[in-house]
Amino acid sequence: MSPEIAIRVRGLKTAYGNHVVHENLDLDVRAGEVMGVIGPSGCGKSVLLRAIVGLKKPSEGEVDVFGTDVMSLFGEDYATLQKLWGIMFQDGALFSNLTVQENVMVPMKEHADLPLKLMKELADQKLKMSGLEAWTGCKYPSDLSGGMRKRAALARAMALDPPLLFLDEPTAGLDPITATGFDQLIRELQKSLGLTVFLVTHDVDTLAVTCDRIAVLGEQKVIAVGTMDELRREPHPWIQDYFGGPRGRGAAMGAG
Amino acid sequence: MSDPEFEWIDGDRPQLMLRGDWAVATIGGIDGQLRKFAETHSDKGLATVNVEALTKLDTAGAFIIDRTLRALSEGEPGLTGANDEVADLLAQAREIATREEHAPPVDEPGHGFVDLLERTGRGAEHMWDEALETLSFFGGTLAAVSDIVIRPAQMRWTALVSVMEEAGLDAVPIIAFLSFFVGMVVAFIGATALAEFGASIFVVEMVGIGVLRELGGVLVAIIIAGRTNSAFTAQIGAMKMRQEVDAMQTLGLDAMHVIVAPRVIAMVIMLPVLTFVGMLAGLAGGVVVGWLALDINPTVFFNRLQEYVPISQFWIGMSKAPVFGLAIALIGCRQGLEVGGSVQSLGEHTTKSVVQAIFAIIVIDALFALLYMELDI
Repeated sequence: MSPEIAIRVRGLKTAYGNHVVHENLDLDVRAGEVMGVIGPSGCGKSVLLRAIVGLKKPSEGEVDVFGTDVMSLFGEDYATLQKLWGIMFQDGALFSNLTVQENVMVPMKEHADLPLKLMKELADQKLKMSGLEAWTGCKYPSDLSGGMRKRAALARAMALDPPLLFLDEPTAGLDPITATGFDQLIRELQKSLGLTVFLVTHDVDTLAVTCDRIAVLGEQKVIAVGTMDELRREPHPWIQDYFGGPRGRGAAMGAG
Repeated sequence: MSDPEFEWIDGDRPQLMLRGDWAVATIGGIDGQLRKFAETHSDKGLATVNVEALTKLDTAGAFIIDRTLRALSEGEPGLTGANDEVADLLAQAREIATREEHAPPVDEPGHGFVDLLERTGRGAEHMWDEALETLSFFGGTLAAVSDIVIRPAQMRWTALVSVMEEAGLDAVPIIAFLSFFVGMVVAFIGATALAEFGASIFVVEMVGIGVLRELGGVLVAIIIAGRTNSAFTAQIGAMKMRQEVDAMQTLGLDAMHVIVAPRVIAMVIMLPVLTFVGMLAGLAGGVVVGWLALDINPTVFFNRLQEYVPISQFWIGMSKAPVFGLAIALIGCRQGLEVGGSVQSLGEHTTKSVVQAIFAIIVIDALFALLYMELDI
């Protein structure tokens, strides 16, 4: 029996003007797995994420999330789908005119019917869960450091305990200890809630610790998909350089 | 989806039964009951929690259950019927809720009479600081501009020309259009009032002196304050928000030289030009009304204008324009550089910039009026 597919991308083509980012790209993300997406800078990892959540309209191809075609949805139906995912953007994308706590409460206010007091408590819980202290909730995003903003963004992405989590470079710019904590947190949540995670990253350690499978983007499509060990045996030069480089070897030793 | 339920089973070892979905979408309705329940049963000595019939649990559900358990018993009550996921989630919720915090002390703003006095004092001090800072910014700008005058190689010519085009040339149509209509309005009002004395011809002096001495300059300055000041503040503010200004400074580029000086110089050059355009358009408006509505032939109009409106009126109007330009550019740039990290502060400072600029224009105009009155011009 094949496992249930959470995200199915078929024949995707995205382009900005004449610049084609993806062509004929296929990708499956199974429900309940952590899928890492890697690739050289500028190969369109973030664009793929944007295409999946419907922020970037592809020129061709289709994207199904939990069996529904994202492109065909609008209005109410799209809002229903939005409840199922949480997205953490690369630089946080927190609303700068709201406090951190209010930021985390935005999805709850929009999509869940909760008393205000409980919402505040839950927002504090999410902040603590992502490694912040609850008092940071009353600060504005501009008062926080880059790493703290990242955590706050993760807290907002998880506000509704969505079954599908998109993380764009969650550990970039964090110190190694914090990053490790982040990796463990993602893994723990994934296990206890059965989350599906779509993780764009450059961090080999994150890949080693959190990901069930890894998709390598390049040459406008997915070059290879597999576990870390499978990818190590992949002959493609970029993949060899990636895992064979000093960072890749270090992570392998750490994980092994 | 089933609603969450709870039940208290009394006995030697009191038990709490939990049933249904405990997830973020469903717990909204039960929160209030659960809080009351926790208050009334806090001393009943809860022994075990039964989660056998729990159908769904997420971190929000775990939080609310854990909150209740912490209120009901001091230790950790036994858990029956939990699978690994549920036990993990509850353990995680407990760990998070009881984690120690190192919050810095927060000063709560007070609301008493003394606090009111304190806030008033701070407000007054802030106004004084603001005035001082504007003055020091003015000094810094003067230093940068004189530096450029001494060593013209430091001038950013591209920036200067581009600001002159954007803020000056592109504003010509709107300024000509509005000045033309204001000139017409002045002529109409004058015509109705003067016709009662049979002195319609004095409309020429009225339009001439009004437009040249006051309206031309002030109208143009106010249009530019609304149009260009907001643009300056928003541009510089966005650069500030994205740390571009900081990057400039670390690269050895002085914001005063690169950002402020070209804008100030451009505005000081362009405002007189625009004022001249405004004056011509205003007079044209007067001529058109005189010709069409009052039967004053344009030739007659211009002859009378030359004869009875001294050229000094024109120079008075023009003399104010560079000062307006300076004030507008200074306020726009300073507010832009004051912008902090948030979108809100960008909006606040853009508003402030336009308001302060218009305020400054009116005050400067009044000062000029006093000055010229004392000089008897």
